[in-house]
Amino acid sequence: MLVFFFILFGAMAIGCALAVVAQRNPLYSAISLIGVFISLACLYVMLAAPFIAAVQVIVYAGAIMVLVVFVIMLLNVEEEERRRPRLRFLVPAAIALAGVLIAEAAFILVSVQESRVVPTSSTSDVGLTQSIGSALFTQYLLPFEITSILLLMAIVGAMTLARRGALLPGRDQSKRSD
Amino acid sequence: MEPQLSWYLALSAVLFTIGMAGVIIKRNVIAMFMCIELMLNSVNLTFVAFASFFQDVTGQLFVFIVMTVAAAEAAVGLGIIIAIFRNRETLDVDEASILKL
Repeated sequence: MLVFFFILFGAMAIGCALAVVAQRNPLYSAISLIGVFISLACLYVMLAAPFIAAVQVIVYAGAIMVLVVFVIMLLNVEEEERRRPRLRFLVPAAIALAGVLIAEAAFILVSVQESRVVPTSSTSDVGLTQSIGSALFTQYLLPFEITSILLLMAIVGAMTLARRGALLPGRDQSKRSD
Repeated sequence: MEPQLSWYLALSAVLFTIGMAGVIIKRNVIAMFMCIELMLNSVNLTFVAFASFFQDVTGQLFVFIVMTVAAAEAAVGLGIIIAIFRNRETLDVDEASILKL
């Protein structure tokens, strides 16, 4: 049964990921990306991580993708026009690099397969909100605080960047025509 | 038969590869941004799979932190994209080849 769900959600994730890359309209890419996030959340539930699954749906599919879709609509992006000939060699380079990456991953997979790992039993408390919270506020307090500083910096940076007109005096006032 | 650890790792590798290929192929800044999000998510899947199979909560904690970093990246990145669009009237990355606005 778990195998069936793994194949279902894994195929859904891969299909949506391919659609993200293949679509020319960024809005369709965004919708496909939400599909990837949802199927990954289902996989997290299968991996006995319900808290991470909920955060995945709320933060990724909720907050971040709303922001992306908002920007797409704000900028009124049209479909990508047909590719111009320059930098054409990057497409075979991308395919070759992707092949190398898959080969490396396959090598690691073979190594992992040789080491015996016992599959998880679903009765442990790893992945529940309580265990994550207690570890976050005791053992991993420093990364938590660093993350809060990072978020503060992101807020200030985003406001500075998105502001119309310059924050610094005497700069950009004449250049910006909007 | 249960899904093995290597299955999740393989799925994650495929998703990461698709995202990387997208970053290289795509021209649109927003599309490249979404491909980067895809790569971050595939790494998150690896973290959660290891955390689940080794019965260790650390992996899930760092997934949480990666999500926070992704949120910060989204805020700043989209701000940069808006600034580029305001100055150049295009989202093509080839047009934004100098750091100066």
